[in-house]
Amino acid sequence: MRPRLLKPVLQTFMSTSVENFPGIELLDQPLESQMTLSMGPQHPSTHGVLRLDLRLDGELVIKAVPDIGYLHTGMEKLFEYKKYQQGIVITDRMDYLNPLGNNLAYVMAAEKLLGLEIPERAQVIRVLMCELQRIASHMVWFGTSCLDMGAMTPFWFTFKEREKILNIIESASGGRMTPSYFRIGGLMMDLPAGFENRVKQFLENFPDALDTFDKLITGNTIWQSRTMGIGVISAEDAIDWGLTGPCLRGSGVDLDLRRDNPYTGYETYDFEVPTEPDGDVWSRFKVRMRELVESYKIVRQALERLKPGPVKADAPKVVLPDRDDMRKHMDSLIHHFLIVAEGFNVPPGEVYLPIEASKGELGVYMRSNGGPKPDRVHFRGPSFINLSALPVMSQGEMIADVVAIIGSLDIVLGEIDR
Amino acid sequence: MTEKLHSYVEKLKEHNSEWVSEVREAFGEVTAVVPAAAVADICRFLRDEQQFNLLADICGADNGPEEDPRFEVNYHLFSTIHHNRIRLKVLLSEDSPVVPTVTGVWRTADWHERETYDLFGVNFEGHPDLRRILLPSEFDGHALRKDFPLRGYEPYSMN
Repeated sequence: MRPRLLKPVLQTFMSTSVENFPGIELLDQPLESQMTLSMGPQHPSTHGVLRLDLRLDGELVIKAVPDIGYLHTGMEKLFEYKKYQQGIVITDRMDYLNPLGNNLAYVMAAEKLLGLEIPERAQVIRVLMCELQRIASHMVWFGTSCLDMGAMTPFWFTFKEREKILNIIESASGGRMTPSYFRIGGLMMDLPAGFENRVKQFLENFPDALDTFDKLITGNTIWQSRTMGIGVISAEDAIDWGLTGPCLRGSGVDLDLRRDNPYTGYETYDFEVPTEPDGDVWSRFKVRMRELVESYKIVRQALERLKPGPVKADAPKVVLPDRDDMRKHMDSLIHHFLIVAEGFNVPPGEVYLPIEASKGELGVYMRSNGGPKPDRVHFRGPSFINLSALPVMSQGEMIADVVAIIGSLDIVLGEIDR
Repeated sequence: MTEKLHSYVEKLKEHNSEWVSEVREAFGEVTAVVPAAAVADICRFLRDEQQFNLLADICGADNGPEEDPRFEVNYHLFSTIHHNRIRLKVLLSEDSPVVPTVTGVWRTADWHERETYDLFGVNFEGHPDLRRILLPSEFDGHALRKDFPLRGYEPYSMN
């Protein structure tokens, strides 16, 4: 008689079950060489609520089965019940480390359906804010992935830099984690006074901070031996598993949607696409570190291009009018009332709009039936797909290396579970 | 730009005239409506002959319970070599929402298909491990169908 410890617990508390997964026995037999370990969902290294079913032989991972869905909130269903402009705030909550990227993908999909022309200044601000957000997102990745492997010091330094960026974003949008700054047809409002100086101040100190990170971690031999040759995935496998973003570039595939499927004027910026050939945790680490420098370069270029001008498209039936106009012009007041009360109609059709978010290709599939609410909105979250390759990366590694691999994938469960 | 995309669809047609039942073009994107039974072969052809080596996304859609065909499955293909995108669309009736799996072509299709199965109830024939991914295994119904109420049929509790 084998002890049935895990089974009743699974049935009552686990959101998805692995009972029928081929080759996985849920029963734990401590005296045999193989055992099943349930890692998470509260394990700190899982960056949220990810659960892994690990089949172990001693400390070696024979098979890892991710179990997701703990944070599922039905966002894609919710989009269908909200007007287009109301959906923007939902996107903030998906990848909560890169909310401006989510905003951008969503509003650009709607703008593509509407056929809106976005003014130059709004485009530049979008690029500027997205790259700042990318740096902030990479700061969290850097801090937490070091923390997972026992290096606590970098965490404090990276969160200091991230805090500066969040303050910059807050000054423009009013929100730190949930900015909703990009709106369909442009921006919520123009940048506040003194914004450029804030960004310049941040940029002045950022290279020094990068130097500090390098000194703390990159040359550290413990770090190198924990990451080199761990979680290897070849270029062919990476493409087969649909990896995108830094994870794909860490396997030596030269692909960046900012350069290859350009949007918001990225083709006019001067930046490089870093790649590393080895496909291990160390490569993915180096790719992201080099990306930070590229993002820094893009922010500087965008700052130089900031010229006065409108930040909202000339589409009075879609874009909310200025407060001042509403007090003076009857038609502005009517438009405002109609947009808020009834929304705006979007021509029927379907689009798929991919952008390069901080974690990979963030695609939005949006379908309209002509009304003020979308018929279907689907998010192709990069974390979702990158995580699905975890079993192949962690096979044959140690448990402690699984933690390193999860850190190198840079997942956010809010986006995976949606 | 779209001429290039159309040429991929033309090559599909040349290879097998029954593979493409309709070509749609909108917003600079080209959609090929393909028969459900052949989707795995078409994907393999596009991957091997047309360099569409990355499956970006699979997503289902529901046209509503009174429509026929009711369900759609959209395959968004991407190439890391020529950087073009193409969409394959499969139309499915409510009686038999079954598509052959493309997990044999791209392994990334695994989770995409599980998600579509979970939320729309589309069955992927031949999938090695077709079970719910986001919702609990004992969940009743498919949440993204249009006739599924926003708050569900009854308050869901975990015990």
